[in-house]
Amino acid sequence: MDQSEQNVVAPAQLPKPAALQDTPKDAGFASTGSPIFDAKGISIYYGSFRAVTDVSLTIYENEITAFIGPSGCGKTTVLRTLNRLNDLIPEARVEGEVDYRGVSLYGAGVSPIAVRRRIGMVFQKPNPFPKSIYDNVAYGPRINGIRNKGKLDEIVERSLHQAALWDEVKNRLNKSGLGLSGGQAQRLCIARTLAVEPDVVLMDEPASALDPIATGKIEDLMHEIKSQYTIVIVTPNMQQANRVSDRNAFYSVPVNPESDTRTGTLVEYGPTQQIFEDPQDPRTQAYVTGRMG
Amino acid sequence: MAAMEQSAVDLREPAGWRRRKNQVTTVLMWLSFVAVLIPLGFVLFTVIAKGASAINWQFLTGGPIPPNVVPAGIGGMGPAVYGTLVITGLAAAMAVPLGILGAIYVNEYGGRGALARVVRFMSDVMTGVPSIIMGLFIFSIWVLHFGYSGLAGAFALACLMLPVVIRSSEEMLKLVPDPLREASYALGATKSRVTMTVVLPAAIGGIVSGALLAIARAAGETAPLLFTILTVTATNTNPFSGANTALSTQIFTNATQPYLGAQSRAWGSALTLIAIAFILMIVARIVTARFTRYSS
Repeated sequence: MDQSEQNVVAPAQLPKPAALQDTPKDAGFASTGSPIFDAKGISIYYGSFRAVTDVSLTIYENEITAFIGPSGCGKTTVLRTLNRLNDLIPEARVEGEVDYRGVSLYGAGVSPIAVRRRIGMVFQKPNPFPKSIYDNVAYGPRINGIRNKGKLDEIVERSLHQAALWDEVKNRLNKSGLGLSGGQAQRLCIARTLAVEPDVVLMDEPASALDPIATGKIEDLMHEIKSQYTIVIVTPNMQQANRVSDRNAFYSVPVNPESDTRTGTLVEYGPTQQIFEDPQDPRTQAYVTGRMG
Repeated sequence: MAAMEQSAVDLREPAGWRRRKNQVTTVLMWLSFVAVLIPLGFVLFTVIAKGASAINWQFLTGGPIPPNVVPAGIGGMGPAVYGTLVITGLAAAMAVPLGILGAIYVNEYGGRGALARVVRFMSDVMTGVPSIIMGLFIFSIWVLHFGYSGLAGAFALACLMLPVVIRSSEEMLKLVPDPLREASYALGATKSRVTMTVVLPAAIGGIVSGALLAIARAAGETAPLLFTILTVTATNTNPFSGANTALSTQIFTNATQPYLGAQSRAWGSALTLIAIAFILMIVARIVTARFTRYSS
């Protein structure tokens, strides 16, 4: 534990020299935060199948970075490598470098448990535990060893406030988390993720199962919490990417005509405004203008 | 045809035979349901009709078990009730924790590994072993060396329960959706923590009711006990040493007698055993309901 804390915290004091950043894509965009993730040439395999190849990007602190692209292009796969959740799939394998605050995520001695305590995740389908609302939110703090009832009460209330759910559930904290509506359940999952005070929140299409009103609430809360967290969101919805994000990564999935396999790849990465208004790559332009699915 | 002329659209059933097929199938299903209920109803009716008169507090708790020639109403089946509860309880104490741990290993840890496959295969094979063979097995490896005892009977019953508990628990663990596991992992939980705090609580209702059903089944087993506990007429409070007795074996020995007293005691024992199984089923239902109060 001690070692990993040091590893993670110390290099954060050393922001990457501006000269090394992807300057052409960042042109005209004032970067405020220091780099959180720095991926260099990553490829992800499931067994012998190469799902994603050649992804290099830098994700910055206190920004919302959106991954967009057609289905099957590997956005979610890349997202799940950022907190080593793909480790749960026995055949999954990552090649290349992913640095988190200067520490190699896949380096020797890195514990996926320690990684996931700092890098939380909200999933596509709301997946509250079959426990009470209170126990859902208190789950993370409890596994971090917090037993004090007063402390837990405080964390639960703060997290539910952050997730804009407190007023709706404050009188039924001991009721099942499964009794909530889809939008409420997803905000409960967000509260559960925020309760461990992660450094980064990964969101895998968090609003794709929700109606526009619930979606709006989730987007509002993303803006609310942005100042405290770094957010990476996968979204199938370009309007959403445009509304919420500071930077956009567009993925595409070219078909290899020889082997008839599809391997996703990062096409273009840059500030949201530039991706939507002045895309450099014709494929990005075709996608954001709706000429290609 | 007249309807067709009156209206532009015809929304009637396209083929009349579809409706008829539905009716025939519905009737067949009801008949199957009744056919299944008939034997169950007869068994319950007969056992209650012939056993209820034998049962009183003296019968359930008193003793000793009288010789076969003694008429009904003297002595009691207390030693057998005691033996059944203690032997089945011991067997459950051995088989249920081991079975649940085995299922956790097979489903959560073993994955597609060789050991998990072997455990799964062996428990399937064990399920198919006739109960009398389990009795012979314990007889040859335990009774021949250490003598008859309630413990030996419990070993035999545990061998019968173990594969059932493993497989039913495994099925329950399989039903726990992976997104729940992922949610827990994403909060930085270790594998053991995920298993203990998310997977087991989500599956525990089904696991407990599966285990209780296995216990209820084992409580009625006769053949494996014949070889392992022998029989006694007075309560043997020490299950670890000396012969013992159980309701199931008492049914066997008493029902095969020509004496009316013995037959009455057999019917009474049968009803007692059914009642014990019934109580376990109800407990299983209550436990399941209690553990799943957050699941909907």
